[in-house]
Amino acid sequence: MKNPIAGGAGSAARVEVALPHPGTVQRRAFERLLENERLLAFALLTPTVVLLGVFIAYPFVMGVWFSLSSISVGNPGEFVGLKNFVKAWNDSIFRTAFWNTTFYTFWATIFKLALGMWLALLLNRHFRGKRLVRASMLLPFIIPTVLSTFAWRWMFDPTFSVLNWTLYKSGFIVTKLPFLSNGDWALWCAIAVNTWRGMPFFAITLLAGLQTINTDLHEAASLDGANGWNRFWHVTWPLLKPVTVVVVVFSIIQTFSDFQLIYVLTGGGPANSTHLLATYAYQIGVATGLLGEGAAISLFMLPVLFVVVWVQLRYLRRLEGA
Amino acid sequence: MVIERRWKKWVFFYIPLTVFVIGTLFPFYWMLVTAIRPDAELYRSWRAVNNAPFWTLQPTLENFRDLMAKTMFPRWLWNTFYIAVASTAISLACGLLAGYALARLRFPMAGALGTSIFVTYLVPPTLLFIPLADIIRDFQLGNTPWALILTYPTFLIPFCTWLLMGYFKTIPKELEECARIDGATRFGAMTRIIFPIAVPGILSAGIFAFTLSWNEFIYALIFLSSPERKTVPVGVVSELIRGDIYFWGQLMAGALLGSIPVALVYSFFVEYYVTGLTGSVKG
Repeated sequence: MKNPIAGGAGSAARVEVALPHPGTVQRRAFERLLENERLLAFALLTPTVVLLGVFIAYPFVMGVWFSLSSISVGNPGEFVGLKNFVKAWNDSIFRTAFWNTTFYTFWATIFKLALGMWLALLLNRHFRGKRLVRASMLLPFIIPTVLSTFAWRWMFDPTFSVLNWTLYKSGFIVTKLPFLSNGDWALWCAIAVNTWRGMPFFAITLLAGLQTINTDLHEAASLDGANGWNRFWHVTWPLLKPVTVVVVVFSIIQTFSDFQLIYVLTGGGPANSTHLLATYAYQIGVATGLLGEGAAISLFMLPVLFVVVWVQLRYLRRLEGA
Repeated sequence: MVIERRWKKWVFFYIPLTVFVIGTLFPFYWMLVTAIRPDAELYRSWRAVNNAPFWTLQPTLENFRDLMAKTMFPRWLWNTFYIAVASTAISLACGLLAGYALARLRFPMAGALGTSIFVTYLVPPTLLFIPLADIIRDFQLGNTPWALILTYPTFLIPFCTWLLMGYFKTIPKELEECARIDGATRFGAMTRIIFPIAVPGILSAGIFAFTLSWNEFIYALIFLSSPERKTVPVGVVSELIRGDIYFWGQLMAGALLGSIPVALVYSFFVEYYVTGLTGSVKG
């Protein structure tokens, strides 16, 4: 009989296990086979490796092949070399989309980091209703992006915008602001919505980092005469840097590959001025059916993602080494 | 403690925090107000004198009734729910086994496998959706729930594995060694000693995975085509907008009802969710 913890409670309840019956014998043989460390590791990893192999590695290889061929819906296509990539590069909408993606990622990440850090510092203090406030701050991150983006789209509505109403009534504007009807405005609106959605993720992860910092350090610094800013800059920030790097990397990947927010908020419009790489790849690859060109457009994300992941892996290694 | 003046506390703490709270929660309030507002009041010019946009004078449940009776919304809710549960269950099972192997067992290529699972964690779905749609068609899975139940684990498994691996590493090895000395097999020690201890980690990973599946959009948009098979986010986008006309009352009612289940799960397990969230970015 196997008793998991020597002298543990509940041994009386397990007596029946000791009675031999056919199922147990078979099970024993199976478990004995798994005594081999390598065999067990193989068995445990197989489901994961198969699933990721079939639905990530295989599509990735297919995607590379697609991008080098003229495949479209209902037409297997043939090898065309780098033609799709060259075509995309010479396409003005693609260039806009590429530029938008970079711009969108850059500013949204900066805002998320700055505001998230600020919010984390506020939430790290003691006040009444702290748990409730902290829990409710994560709501934008929990609620499906598509659904909350609809609320924003309604708030930016050209005719019925509540934001325009508020600004008008309070005397800041005399004509309505073209939130989503002007390309530049629309991209900034998308950045704002992305910041609203992603900022809680920064705040809560940074807050978790803040809570590991020993308050004695702050006490000591303030005894030495350091003011609030100095305490942040010389005590908090250096200790928070590792977790910040990781969060920023995650956020860059998510933002750079964003699809749903733009799809709902602007649909790439007005006049294709707010496309991101993912929404443009969708438009070419799925809506138009040019699978090869669509795959090539989404593969343009790869170099950037690669650099970001590489930086992350190197940074983690260096931390472990230090 | 660092002592602070009263006015300073207002300027540097209460006021910014209030602005954050209002900014974060206003869109949800706005969803609610729009959802319970009759159409006549909804589509009133923003300059109208008698316009009172921040509350509603004649609240109505019309939009909710229409949504439940005239659209397939209840069906979408159910689809989203069981697809999220099934893909979470698959991912947890795979993540548990793989996480244990990577944290505890010594075998060739362990490091390389760990790194490659971490790298797949960082592969965004939007990189692969075009070839994946083709593969789903080849497997005859198009327009079936299986298309999502099998593809959602691609972004859930790496996360679950990573999180649970971290969790297993915090459990002392001695526990297992004791069990093995008492005659437990490796497999038995894993399922009967380590997994029960890891229940908080499993809950965190599960809650987080559930919210991620509930949120997923692009795969559901591309792999499903018949209205009765859709999930909430896709159904709301593709079926509640007819032509160019947005039925804002219904849309907001749908957005609200589609958010409530995931918000409820979250509110019951806030602490686990936060552990999952912060664990998802830690090594």
